[in-house]
Amino acid sequence: MYRYDAVDAGYVRARVAEFRAQVTRRLDGRLTEEEFKPLRLQNGLYLQLHAYMLRVAIPYGTLSAAQMRALAEVAERWDRGYGHFTTRQNIQFNWVRLADAPDILEYLAEAGMHAIQTSGNCIRNVTADPFAGAAADEIADPRPIAELIRQWSTAHPEFLFLPRKFKIAVTGAPNDRAVTKAHDIGLRMRRNAAGGTGFEVVIGGGLGRSPMIGKVVREFLPEADLLPYLEAILATYNLHGRRDNKYKARIKILVHETGLDRLKAEIEAEFARRKARFAGPEQARAAGELARIAAQFAPPVLPERPEVSAIEARARAIDPAFALWADSNTRPHRVPGHAIVTVSLKAPGEAPGDASAAQIRALADLADRYALGELRISHMQNVILPHVARDDLPALHAALGRAGLATANAGLISDIIACPGLDYCALATARSIPIAQDIARRFAAPEAARTIGQFQIKISGCINACGHHHVGHVGILGLEKGGVETYQITLGGDPGQTAAIGTRAGPGLAAEEVGPAIERLIATYLDLRSGPDEPFLDTYRRLGAAPFRAAIYAPARDAA
Amino acid sequence: MTARASTARIVSANDLLAGDVIYLARNGGWTRRLDEAALAHSDAEAGALLAAAEMQPDVAVGPYLAQVALERGGPRPLHYREVFRTGGPSNRPDLGRQAELF
Repeated sequence: MYRYDAVDAGYVRARVAEFRAQVTRRLDGRLTEEEFKPLRLQNGLYLQLHAYMLRVAIPYGTLSAAQMRALAEVAERWDRGYGHFTTRQNIQFNWVRLADAPDILEYLAEAGMHAIQTSGNCIRNVTADPFAGAAADEIADPRPIAELIRQWSTAHPEFLFLPRKFKIAVTGAPNDRAVTKAHDIGLRMRRNAAGGTGFEVVIGGGLGRSPMIGKVVREFLPEADLLPYLEAILATYNLHGRRDNKYKARIKILVHETGLDRLKAEIEAEFARRKARFAGPEQARAAGELARIAAQFAPPVLPERPEVSAIEARARAIDPAFALWADSNTRPHRVPGHAIVTVSLKAPGEAPGDASAAQIRALADLADRYALGELRISHMQNVILPHVARDDLPALHAALGRAGLATANAGLISDIIACPGLDYCALATARSIPIAQDIARRFAAPEAARTIGQFQIKISGCINACGHHHVGHVGILGLEKGGVETYQITLGGDPGQTAAIGTRAGPGLAAEEVGPAIERLIATYLDLRSGPDEPFLDTYRRLGAAPFRAAIYAPARDAA
Repeated sequence: MTARASTARIVSANDLLAGDVIYLARNGGWTRRLDEAALAHSDAEAGALLAAAEMQPDVAVGPYLAQVALERGGPRPLHYREVFRTGGPSNRPDLGRQAELF
């Protein structure tokens, strides 16, 4: 794992001191709110419905057990005893006092954490495959590149005032667990014929009010060219991106309005200029820095173990609950005899992504005990323990159970993404959390959920789509209509390598109609699928939306 | 029209220091109790209340007018957004102003 060097630590400490002075000047009246607001946002501090909210960066979703403990401490000492893990692999604290924010940031800085560039029209926290460095299907660990991008993009003077925010996602595996095609830039690791590492570069993806799947602008970009190429994309966007209309300011609109070929020609021309400037001491420095970073992500030395664990097999035989959990919440590790464990933060009835301070601390302890002190946050709002010996799975499951964290639903229908919605967010037009809770309760029985199979429901409380509803197999968008909360359903979205934007099913539903509609939709899917192995998306693509639309709106038609 | 006759407007904002919800009070200061909020019954009164709130940027952030129904127990927020702002997160009755009743 990456550890701050003196430059990182000094910079973060200096930013805390600067922000502390800015808060002081706001509180004594020397700064107006208009002057202060962009400064606090640059430090991750929002003002929401009920209080200030601090969004803390978890770069590429990786953190140590010590950092996880620091988050638990923040939740307990300065907040209301919990935190909310987000679809951007960050954590948000919802009840922060302005005067406490500098103390929180100072405390986090000591743990090697910060809230820089978690807001504003800049390059945001870079996100990555949460299974990075552990996945069996991985070409290479993408986190050294993600860390290089973090360092390059932090306070990059050319890109701090972009037309709009800018999000970069990186994956080192062909199976896309980082939603790379729905980011401003998606980097998908490839090897060329000579065995060299590089990236397929996707640009112009994004959700929000104009959802778009990104387009491939470079089939293969050698790793050494990455930073100048990123600069070329950013510089082209900075020049041509619209600043007159924030709803048309993202790079996806520029790609759409300009056309990929024309924009690509500009990017490539800019890249040629930039590469010439990079080729020299700067490029050498970048390469040297990448090597320094990569050394910190050296694969852990895991003891050789049998591929099949006798201890796990015995536990499966005597404990059905463990067997269910092991089936749904573990994934193959690149080292035989080990597993990647997803700890679900989606217990039915709980707010997706919320974890209490006690749970956060328990996860830190379990990471130390079973996962080499390392954790990940997934865009699915779950916590990943990346390196667990299969022999340890029964003990880990029991310990998770004692912390209320053994929900066996990773990737299943109750593993729902939901943004905070109108229960917290000042931008929201409707609530998300109660809709997620209602659906999760309806499908709480593990056997029933397993019969349905892999199924992704994603819920956003407004058109900004923090809940990724456009790429949910079933997406739910909360809006206001006539002074009441209304929910639009979309069908057929796909966040993975065959990414697709869902299609709106029809008129919006009242909050209480959503859960029953989803139950009817699922019953229809179970009736129509060719067999237990046909995932919902395949059934949907084979049959189209009509039978599912009919299921969603069945009562309304009956009434008519 | 009937509905308008039974409604009024208040000024809602966030406290600069704590960030929680506050209302412009009848005495010109700020209160955390909705039943102590100053009521505007006309556009002119509403404009005056908002202007008074905006004169206190070192106390309150983002003041705006919100419609309330006038009932025997006091004002009640009309829009569901204001209901959640007044009480707290609907999924956590132990948090926010509603926690005092929890």
